[in-house]
Amino acid sequence: MKFSIVVFPGSNSDYDAFYAVSRVVGEQAELVWHKDTDLKGADAVILPGGFAHGDYLRTGAIARFSPIMAAVKSFADRGGPVLGICNGFQVLLEAGLLPGAMVRNDRVKFVSKIVPVRVEQTDTPFTAACASQQVLNLPIAHGEGNYYAPPDQLEALETNRQVIFRYTDPAGEVGADWNPNGSLNSIAGICNRQRNVVGLMPHPERASELALGSADGRIVLASAVKSVMEGVRLHA
Amino acid sequence: MKALVYVTLKPSVFDPQGHVVAEALATLGYQDVKDVRQGKFFEVELADADPATANLSTEAHRAKVEARVTEMADKLLANPVIESYRVEVLQ
Repeated sequence: MKFSIVVFPGSNSDYDAFYAVSRVVGEQAELVWHKDTDLKGADAVILPGGFAHGDYLRTGAIARFSPIMAAVKSFADRGGPVLGICNGFQVLLEAGLLPGAMVRNDRVKFVSKIVPVRVEQTDTPFTAACASQQVLNLPIAHGEGNYYAPPDQLEALETNRQVIFRYTDPAGEVGADWNPNGSLNSIAGICNRQRNVVGLMPHPERASELALGSADGRIVLASAVKSVMEGVRLHA
Repeated sequence: MKALVYVTLKPSVFDPQGHVVAEALATLGYQDVKDVRQGKFFEVELADADPATANLSTEAHRAKVEARVTEMADKLLANPVIESYRVEVLQ
């Protein structure tokens, strides 16, 4: 199976994702420049972390106009699995592929540490191999990960089971002390209505081997492999 | 013609930066500061010879510019999920 990883000017987790896919999970990976207009036969697409276009104006605000985004949108519209990690999540929000927006962390600090994250739903391409309510230790590294959606949209997200990852304590209990950035409902990741587009602030690709402090993130990429292999292949 | 665009977080969205600025002002002795909301300010300069606004009366021209800059604010300068904006057209 093939993962295409989009490289924006300012992406910094593109090689982490490339390494995790190709060397750890053992699947095909290709880096795709943001000015390209096709996804090179991808079965799954990753928008990596970083500071695309310097995060000028707002995080992800300029990246959504990159030429590759039209291909990403059409791939997503056809049901292709798309994963936005950290800045990639912010790009998906600005592009309207996921609902809501990011605000500055409530404590106005850049937070960089490994945190427990609970898997809320397993019926997405990126959680298909997870156990329900499984707690993953994943690194976060962001200044704007404070997820916001208006009250009606937030309610719809919960009703439609679109909250995919939540910040919890190590035992999987939600609590204000374990919410690192002030996100509403301790939201760490969500999906779209069709469930094929997933965005999360934590970095599963940076937690793919024990030498990195945690290998829990590997299952997010392994989930994509499982769901693509078991499902219908969709070449971009 | 020039337009000014003021972008601020909606009142329902907590503004962590504004909150820190308000606390800093209180530390400086400005105890009467109740709240600060931080935002963004844009000066947008438009070509006078814009075909979309040529051959119009001043008022019509102004309305046209205001509509165009409002569209810009909606599409890019502000994120309507969390921010609101105000457009002011200068002569």
